[in-house]
Amino acid sequence: MTSSTIRAWYLIHKWTSLVCTMFLLMLCITGLPLIFHDEIDRLAGDASAYGQPGVGSSGNAPGLLPLDEMMRRALAARPGEVPLFMAFDNDQPAMTITTGPRADSPGAEMTMQVFDRSTGRKIGQEDESGVMHFLLQLHTDMFLGLPGMLFLGAMGLLFTASLVSGVVLYAPFMRKLAFGTLRTSRSSRLKWLDYHNLIGIVAFAWMTVVGVTGVINTLENPINKLWQRNELAAMTREYAGEGALAPSRYGSLDKAMAEARRTLPGNNPQFIGFPGGSFSSKHHYAVFFQGDTPLTEHLLTPALIDAETGTFTAACTMPWYNKSLSLSRPLHFGDYGGLPLKILWAVLDLFTIVTLASGIYLWLGKRRASASAHVREVESGGIAVPAA
Amino acid sequence: MKRARRTLWAIFAVPLAIGVVSCAALVLALTGDGWRDTVSWAGLAVPVLAVAWAMKARRS
Repeated sequence: MTSSTIRAWYLIHKWTSLVCTMFLLMLCITGLPLIFHDEIDRLAGDASAYGQPGVGSSGNAPGLLPLDEMMRRALAARPGEVPLFMAFDNDQPAMTITTGPRADSPGAEMTMQVFDRSTGRKIGQEDESGVMHFLLQLHTDMFLGLPGMLFLGAMGLLFTASLVSGVVLYAPFMRKLAFGTLRTSRSSRLKWLDYHNLIGIVAFAWMTVVGVTGVINTLENPINKLWQRNELAAMTREYAGEGALAPSRYGSLDKAMAEARRTLPGNNPQFIGFPGGSFSSKHHYAVFFQGDTPLTEHLLTPALIDAETGTFTAACTMPWYNKSLSLSRPLHFGDYGGLPLKILWAVLDLFTIVTLASGIYLWLGKRRASASAHVREVESGGIAVPAA
Repeated sequence: MKRARRTLWAIFAVPLAIGVVSCAALVLALTGDGWRDTVSWAGLAVPVLAVAWAMKARRS
């Protein structure tokens, strides 16, 4: 690699990193407790209170209350509101029902209640003021909505560019050094330079996967809009001329669910999108089913049921962009392989923090040195320390 | 630094192996539970153990 090639990659590494590092540090720090949000939520609530522990609310086991009854209870607690979402759990009888003032209410106006489907008891209401909720908002969009999400997506792209350029620079840096070299006793700069290179290279694959899937997650809203406008519109073309179905004319959820299960037997529903929301047409209950294998469990297939008559309209697997979004969620959250996977996720998150922080330290220490001096430092494996 | 210059292959052999094992681990846990999860934990522990090993064996 010639010095001018190294110089170009050094400048790419420096500038992509400088722009995104502070945001990435925020993401890593807020992300750390979010890895364990299930465990933290469970500690905060009383999990022993289920009527039939271990019976998933997504199934149709005897003893589970009808969906219409659950919806009646949810609406009784929120008079005047309309149903927006109903979501299920495969492992516990817990289910959530989201309501709002209008069929197309934005997220801020929604209320999510948590019920035990085996007893019909309300066991909680989504707390918008909790610390975890604050961290999640900060991590997702910094309280700025879609622009905030897309901005963090752009930071994720810069982070990816910074990772790639870092790997390129690893080659000339390590030309005379054995893998794993940590020169900790010569100078603080050399010590952190070695840690930055070692941790950066071993965690490269994980950081890239979590970074890129994070970027895909920031595209959630545009992806759903695209699906609604293309695939969903095509599936419900015969309804295109009609106005929105009034909530007073919504028919039985249990009848709709039975109809949907007949279409996709053996699969469990993850959630129902109600008419007028961003996951359905203006006339349909969209029952989103999970696949029946561990891999396809993350890939949803909606069955569209006429919300007034309860008859089946269409079912279609999601397009590739929704599938990539569905697979990006577990790969970003690390919640798909038990607690040990989450602990490894946390350790690798800490590795990322060390890489980011040491990067800032290395830049701050010699930020007045010329690019050529930095190139010599890379070429010499950290021996030629930049002056100034 | 009296070491000879290392080839690109020599520089990237270990990092490449760690990267391949990490990615395989990430995908494996996605395809099922049980032994797949266990193997996935072992695979994703490799980058963590590599740093621990370097701190013990390669620190100077």
